[in-house]
Amino acid sequence: MKTDFRYIRRKVFGTMMLGLSLLAALAAVSMLFWILGYTFVKGISAVNLDFFTKLPTPVGVPGGGLANSIVGSIIVVGMAAMMAIPVGIATAIYLSEYGRGAFASTVRFVSDVLAGVPAIVAGIVAYALVVTRMHRFSAFSGSVSLALLMLPIIIRSSEEIFRTVPDTLREASFALGVPKWKTILSIVLKTASGGLVTGTILAIARVGGEAAPLLFTSFSNSFWNFNPGQPIATLPVDLFNYSISPYRDWQQKAWAAALVLVGMVLVLNISARLYLARKGFKRNG
Amino acid sequence: MAERLSRKKIISPEKIFMGMTAIFSLSVLLISALVVYELFSASEPTFHKFGFKFLITKDWDPVQKVYGALPFIWGTFYTSFIALLIALPVSLGIAIFLSELAPAWLRSSVGFLIELLAAIPSLIFGLWGLFVLSPLLQQYIEPPLSNLSFLPFFTGYPLGLGFLNAGLLLAVMIIPTISSISRDVMYTVPANQREGGLALGMTRWEVVSKVVIPNSRSGILGAVVLGLGRALGETMAVTMVIGNTPQFSLSLLDPGYTISSAIANQFTEAFDKLQISALIELGLILFVISVIINAFAKLLMFRMNRFSGGARI
Repeated sequence: MKTDFRYIRRKVFGTMMLGLSLLAALAAVSMLFWILGYTFVKGISAVNLDFFTKLPTPVGVPGGGLANSIVGSIIVVGMAAMMAIPVGIATAIYLSEYGRGAFASTVRFVSDVLAGVPAIVAGIVAYALVVTRMHRFSAFSGSVSLALLMLPIIIRSSEEIFRTVPDTLREASFALGVPKWKTILSIVLKTASGGLVTGTILAIARVGGEAAPLLFTSFSNSFWNFNPGQPIATLPVDLFNYSISPYRDWQQKAWAAALVLVGMVLVLNISARLYLARKGFKRNG
Repeated sequence: MAERLSRKKIISPEKIFMGMTAIFSLSVLLISALVVYELFSASEPTFHKFGFKFLITKDWDPVQKVYGALPFIWGTFYTSFIALLIALPVSLGIAIFLSELAPAWLRSSVGFLIELLAAIPSLIFGLWGLFVLSPLLQQYIEPPLSNLSFLPFFTGYPLGLGFLNAGLLLAVMIIPTISSISRDVMYTVPANQREGGLALGMTRWEVVSKVVIPNSRSGILGAVVLGLGRALGETMAVTMVIGNTPQFSLSLLDPGYTISSAIANQFTEAFDKLQISALIELGLILFVISVIINAFAKLLMFRMNRFSGGARI
């Protein structure tokens, strides 16, 4: 039997290319572990109880922590969520339950385009909208910028989740004489509630790590602040400022902040994804 | 009868509920309009002073009150281009591995891990780029590259910070976007197409390169466009490793500046009204670019969905 060298060559070349694709996947996964592992190792040696309970100290004074910016992040992200969630979910209800015509597709298109707006641009908008009018940096303006980023994410994930509610449930409700609005409120929303919560958590995890829009809106603060009208410290902004500082002590704090931030973001993200995967929803972004 | 008629005139709760959700939807359009309005009106002073020359001049001097955006626009596009150059082949490799090679259990776990890469905050990439990648580049990668300084891409000193570092970081950051969309698109290529190829005596790789990839071309293009959009707007990671020097250079080793990092670095330090306005106009440029890119990606996906009933992205 004659050996077909051309076929062997094609086979070898193909195997090589497929091997490269395996290598690409391997490379991406190892990048993930490299970055996370390095953050963990550097962060764990810098993080201690003081980090969570004390205020920052001035340069050169050892010790201290970032308690105020951890709480600050929760406040800013929380206020953003309170602004974005009602608008986002109500819009998603309209799009999935009523939206058929040109208006609905315009809203869908605009919100998808809004989803691609860079985080830093959201910061500029909040600056122009709030900071220039209030004449100072404030926690509130930071929340506005994060809300702008959250809104399109919530709209899209909620609409997708409403669409996974089977029409038979709606029809059963109609057949019992329940009007459409009541069906939406008591059947559709209730069935979708788990998915809505996880979609929202994904959105929170996504904007919770953002520093770019907060740099010149919520700014930073070395002390406690619970007033939305005043500048407030947040974990991402402190992490950035500390990491580019020349002081070793501050760089250490940056790694500790990185570990805490990554920990919070990944716990939120992974638990939401696992929930969605178990429920059989399509993962989204 | 009369009673029923008059009752019909009262607005039904149905209409109130629908109206309310419609008003919220309308508010999304109004918010977007407000975004556009604020960006335009706040950048009016520089536009008034420099006009379109803002886009094509390269002096950025807050002391002389002269502002030109060219070095920043260049830096933004150059870093994103480098990122795409690296990320596209790797992402395609990942997508091919996940959709064609991997057994089911590996497929979902590897896919999950790669998507997790997208969830890591930009700052963490920046920190890693600053403290890990930058020394590596400076000691091991850039010195041999600088021996090739007869090429314009490798002139300058090995600093560890600059276009190469930023491009590499951006590549890692957009790989999850491009690979997961490409994978979803490749899944939708019908099995009988692959079988047809195999029946004709194609090798497995030939099926991938001649059947699967051509079939998912427009989806892959959409993925690339979305990845590009993400790279162009990325801020914190780039700000930490780009070197922050506004210059127009082809060299991968040179430090540069991008639109987003200029805004991040200079905004809080700018006290001159004109500089704030110039920075906001930079933001407007970034906004316009991102709107164009996302609208384009959306149209591509729309076309693809119509023709092949493909994955919803």
